[in-house]
Amino acid sequence: MSADQSAHQESHEVVVHDRGAAIVQSDAFENPGLPPHRPRQTDLHPEKADRAERTVVWWFIASMLGAVIAIAAYIMVPIEQGDMASVRFNNLFLGLGIALSLLGIGLGGMHWARQLMSDHELVEERHLTRGSEPNRTRAVEIFKLGDEESGFSRRSLIRNTLIGAVALMPLPAVVLFRDLAPAGNAVDVLTHTMWKAGSRLALDPSGTPIKADDVTIGSAFHVIPAELAEMTHDEGYLDQKALASVLLVRLPLDRLNEQPDRAGWSYDGIVAYSKICTHVGCPVALYEQQTHHLLCPCHQSTFDVTNHAKVVFGPAKRPLPQLPITVDDEGYLVAQHDFTEPIGPSFFERLHYVDEEKHIPLSSAETETRA
Amino acid sequence: MAARKKTGRRHPLASAALLIIGLVAAGGASVAVGSVANAEPAPAAHTQATAAEGEALFRANCASCHGIDAEGTPNGVSLIGVGAASVDFQVMTGRMPMAFQGPQALQRDPQFTQEQSDAMGAYIASLAPGPAVPSEEQLDTSVVDEEGVANGAELFRINCAMCHNVAGAGGALTEGKFAPHLRDIDAAHIYEAMLTGPQNMPVFNDQNISPDEKREIIAYLHYLDENPSVGGFDLGSLGPVSEGLFIWIFGLGGIVAVTVWLTSKPN
Repeated sequence: MSADQSAHQESHEVVVHDRGAAIVQSDAFENPGLPPHRPRQTDLHPEKADRAERTVVWWFIASMLGAVIAIAAYIMVPIEQGDMASVRFNNLFLGLGIALSLLGIGLGGMHWARQLMSDHELVEERHLTRGSEPNRTRAVEIFKLGDEESGFSRRSLIRNTLIGAVALMPLPAVVLFRDLAPAGNAVDVLTHTMWKAGSRLALDPSGTPIKADDVTIGSAFHVIPAELAEMTHDEGYLDQKALASVLLVRLPLDRLNEQPDRAGWSYDGIVAYSKICTHVGCPVALYEQQTHHLLCPCHQSTFDVTNHAKVVFGPAKRPLPQLPITVDDEGYLVAQHDFTEPIGPSFFERLHYVDEEKHIPLSSAETETRA
Repeated sequence: MAARKKTGRRHPLASAALLIIGLVAAGGASVAVGSVANAEPAPAAHTQATAAEGEALFRANCASCHGIDAEGTPNGVSLIGVGAASVDFQVMTGRMPMAFQGPQALQRDPQFTQEQSDAMGAYIASLAPGPAVPSEEQLDTSVVDEEGVANGAELFRINCAMCHNVAGAGGALTEGKFAPHLRDIDAAHIYEAMLTGPQNMPVFNDQNISPDEKREIIAYLHYLDENPSVGGFDLGSLGPVSEGLFIWIFGLGGIVAVTVWLTSKPN
């Protein structure tokens, strides 16, 4: 046992200093040491070692075969233009070949190490985290020398400007991240949709305007503003659709439980609600025509369409915003104006952007006061 | 240990194999028993579909819930004005007569022949006008070209996919209700379901989805039936649920197995 190891052993002993009763205890935990070395079958029987060697060789040959299969598959099972099914077989055989060639090397190598390479246990002691005294002294010397030679402490103007430069360097990233927010006034983008007074309610995606007569009881219409259907992708079609999507249903008048001051927002039992969930913004479109419940597929928030889309289950905290609708003189359904509150999930100061003039709060104040 | 080795060790996978054999045998037996129990003889076929015969069939099989003149009872809705399309869908997909009251009428083998169902449809249609059974021409998807199939797919994604899953694999609704899968469904039944809105499904009338568009949606669903998933094994097309389950069990399980093998000491 070397001197270093004996010092290591002593450190296991707990020395209780004399406070009236001197007790010297040894550490309760003792190093159990290594179990006795057990030779493997391949160590004892040369024929088993030979067999293990052949197994390793076969794995490596399988790996070569895999590489060949991958190349052959790439050439012989090409992806045909217009034939989607050909992608499947191309990917399948290419993948199987590459997997075999990688796994063959890995498994062969592991089998070699486990069965044939030396398996004598050895212990590598962990060295101390703290460096040796000479090393530490030398490190301090190097730092001091560097400071002296560069003049880092002496030339304080250079040092301070360097600190300033490093501090400013990340700022461009902050500016870039800011642009991840919607272009223009972010709050404006979040608080307004394409709906405006007189916008016709139109079918998604064709843009065919909808007549009030078309909406029979039990129907569910997926609706966009008629102007949206004429927009192109580059003009922000998807952005606007994500804000303006609406679900239109007609309820039997005896099932519709309307707050009197909001009665003007529906037309003959036809109601329109934003399709964007007030929880985290999934499209709420699973409409059950008998229960008149609207289910959000993401987190199972359930809204009761008969009661101004109030939340009856799930994590959403607010009813879906209602789009006030009426009919124009040709009988088509039109919006009276935009939503009176920001659609979709909550954000800070959301209540500041509720249209005070036109908004009619629901009497179930509990849900309305939460942002 | 050494003595056991000489007598021949049990293969490490033997218990797993035994378990699988047992499960397969038990499952097979249960399926066999179940199919025997469900195999009821179909009622004798009627040749002529008339409203009078339909009325007799209705009185005998449906009136207990839907009322003697189809006016509805607390146990079943009124059928006045639902039309022959609704009767054909409900009866010929085996949803009616309902096996038992529950959150949703379940599909089973049809209890009536097509002629009997048509007779009942004629009777219901004679009570009040309602959606008729779609014509052959409305269901003929051979006239839909590739553009039409793509259009049908878009309409499906907008109007149907939120409940029925984008690949038509079905999905859950509230309180035990669910949207059924749409694989290998008869074209007439798809059309009738859109037209009549069975149970909690909304109605998609001809002003919402025109007859041509309905045909395109059917063509898209048939395209899904005929074309295998490009991605290979689709695990039921249920998305993150089945895919996550697969990767947790087989992916992580495989990694755990390899790790155990790597770190074990060979004999």
